[in-house]
Amino acid sequence: MAVEFRHSVVLLGSTSGMMRATADAFAATGYALVLAARDDEENTILASDLALRHGVPCHALHFDAAAVDTHEAFVAECEAVLGTRPTGLVLGFGYMAAQEDAQRDMAETRAMIDVNLIGTFSILERFAAAFEDRGSGFMGVLSSVAGERGKPSNYIYGATKAGLTCYLEGLRVRLHKSNVTVTTIQPGFVDTPMTYGLPLPGPLVASPAQAGKAIFLAVTRGKDVAYVPFFWRYIMCIIRCIPRWQFKKMNM
Amino acid sequence: VPHAHLEQTLSGWGGLDPASCTVFRPEKRRVLHDLIQIRETGTVLARGLGRSYGDTAVNEGQGVVDATRLNRFIGFDAETGILECEAGVSLAEIIEVFLPRGYFVPVTPGTKFVTVGGAIANDVHGKNHHCDGTFCQFVESFELLLPTGELVPCSKSDNADLFWATAGGIGLTGFIITVRLQLHPVESAYLRADYTQCTDLEHALEAMAATDSAHKYSVAWVDCLAKGASLGRSVLMQGDHATQKQLTGARKSRPYTIKKGLPKAVPLPCPQFVLSPPAVAAFNKAYHALHPTSIGKIVDYDSYFYPLDCIGHWNRLYGRAGFAQYQATLPFESKQGLVKILERLAASRRPSFLAVLKTFGEQNPGLLSHPMKGYTLTLDIPNHAGLTPFLHELDRILLEYGGRLYLAKDAVAKPETIAAMYPRLEEFKAIRERVDPHGRLSSSMARRLGIA
Repeated sequence: MAVEFRHSVVLLGSTSGMMRATADAFAATGYALVLAARDDEENTILASDLALRHGVPCHALHFDAAAVDTHEAFVAECEAVLGTRPTGLVLGFGYMAAQEDAQRDMAETRAMIDVNLIGTFSILERFAAAFEDRGSGFMGVLSSVAGERGKPSNYIYGATKAGLTCYLEGLRVRLHKSNVTVTTIQPGFVDTPMTYGLPLPGPLVASPAQAGKAIFLAVTRGKDVAYVPFFWRYIMCIIRCIPRWQFKKMNM
Repeated sequence: VPHAHLEQTLSGWGGLDPASCTVFRPEKRRVLHDLIQIRETGTVLARGLGRSYGDTAVNEGQGVVDATRLNRFIGFDAETGILECEAGVSLAEIIEVFLPRGYFVPVTPGTKFVTVGGAIANDVHGKNHHCDGTFCQFVESFELLLPTGELVPCSKSDNADLFWATAGGIGLTGFIITVRLQLHPVESAYLRADYTQCTDLEHALEAMAATDSAHKYSVAWVDCLAKGASLGRSVLMQGDHATQKQLTGARKSRPYTIKKGLPKAVPLPCPQFVLSPPAVAAFNKAYHALHPTSIGKIVDYDSYFYPLDCIGHWNRLYGRAGFAQYQATLPFESKQGLVKILERLAASRRPSFLAVLKTFGEQNPGLLSHPMKGYTLTLDIPNHAGLTPFLHELDRILLEYGGRLYLAKDAVAKPETIAAMYPRLEEFKAIRERVDPHGRLSSSMARRLGIA
């Protein structure tokens, strides 16, 4: 490309609906993109789409969160295709097994731990070191409101996300000195395949485009914690305030 | 049902006969391979933005695949102007992305909120049919996923029979996956339009015959309430893409940018008085007065092609009962049929808010493709008591004069009517039997018309 792109972002787990919209928001503002996902076929389609829509360089790279021994090389590959160290990253991959499966089958529980914790820690540590070394960067990571309070319908998944949220809290403090921001993104209901067909109240459900823009703004402004859409901050505040004696009687 | 789905009430844009369907909305291309063979919903049908008026994109009690999230651009060749994209891409998206690069869609219906897949499945036409033909004539090729799971490349030379069965084939031959489309190079986002006031039908038809060939786009807006000597009173609107030389001022310096108005929408279905005969008469008078005969007026593409798109949910103007759109195409020698339909309509006091008349050019090889050489008249008719018998009466006039209906608009025609209007329907059914032997694909329209 003849044009110089000042900013670039690595999107880890780029093939989800929310990450497509996030990538779109970054590309619309002129960021060069690295789309990283396991599903090469979809990832290549998304890369061609974003490159055509926004006229930005867009690289599709293979990335497997669970294959931690490939992560070092992946960071190098990002720098190689961009020709520079990326400005920042957004991490949006995650694995959610059905709660009943996870209760019964430790392989399912382990898969969530492998992806949502170990894989996530592994890749974030590599980039954290690179950004820390440079003295700048942003890291936006999608956690989940399921990690704020355990409930019967998804507490094993929720436990991995609670762990992730705690990890991000510590990472944020560590990287603050190095001028690297860490944004914990807590998505509420967004109109993606994950929520499609669920009986959710329409006004509470954000479109992917709204969510993508909100994530872009929160991450590039270096917010600490961002609820998407914003009003989930208040919903979760109320949910956190429910006393345990009441919480355990609730049907969730 | 193994995939995320939503039980949803769907209808065509006219809002007649809402029906419950099991809707899937895949975001990954390979999911289509599962969905086309899904057994749990009975049959299945691909749907785009739901702008066809009747039951074309509805599959009552069965499966519907909403393709609007499979809307990725794949590639663009700036040398040839050929765009490759998924079938869920809308014309609005193509214009947004490629107009600034000097390209416009080659054929557009009266709304840009249609998908490329839907444009192929209905073989849509626009104001340029008399010189350019239909949408499918600009489709270089597409990949068609058959219910057998086979992915077939189709073009005018490769699997041409399947290409021309799918063109206008209302989604009954397979899922269109990707499309290569020839875009039209333009110098600006503007059109240079001529307006001619015509006192009656004869005047309008003469003006079209005399001057259409000099313009890429041509359509006449007809005042359907005008009777007697003024029957067919209309405003003929002809236009061409404006060159940069023809622009002045700010438009010249930014030829691909247009001013966007604030988004407007009709929030709720309206009460019936909104489109009552006196209201429509007043509107028609005002419209006529606002479009005096003038030459070389520069108009942006949105106002020229999509006057209704700036009002979201404009179909709600017709209220909860909805409306039918009626498009009648008649051969040139059947002008009398046109007169009869207009007379019948003016006498019925069913006010048509939107009525347009244009001439069609040559028919293409699409088995169920609508346009054929002649006149085409398009009307909105509100759903008041007795709508179906009234439309059947119009159908009889149409049949008598060798005319035909457009499936993208139809909601009530009888199977024998459509069979008489589309002589190649049997050929279409034979191809369908070959590519969909187990009848996996169907729609409410297909069952109503006995096609599938």
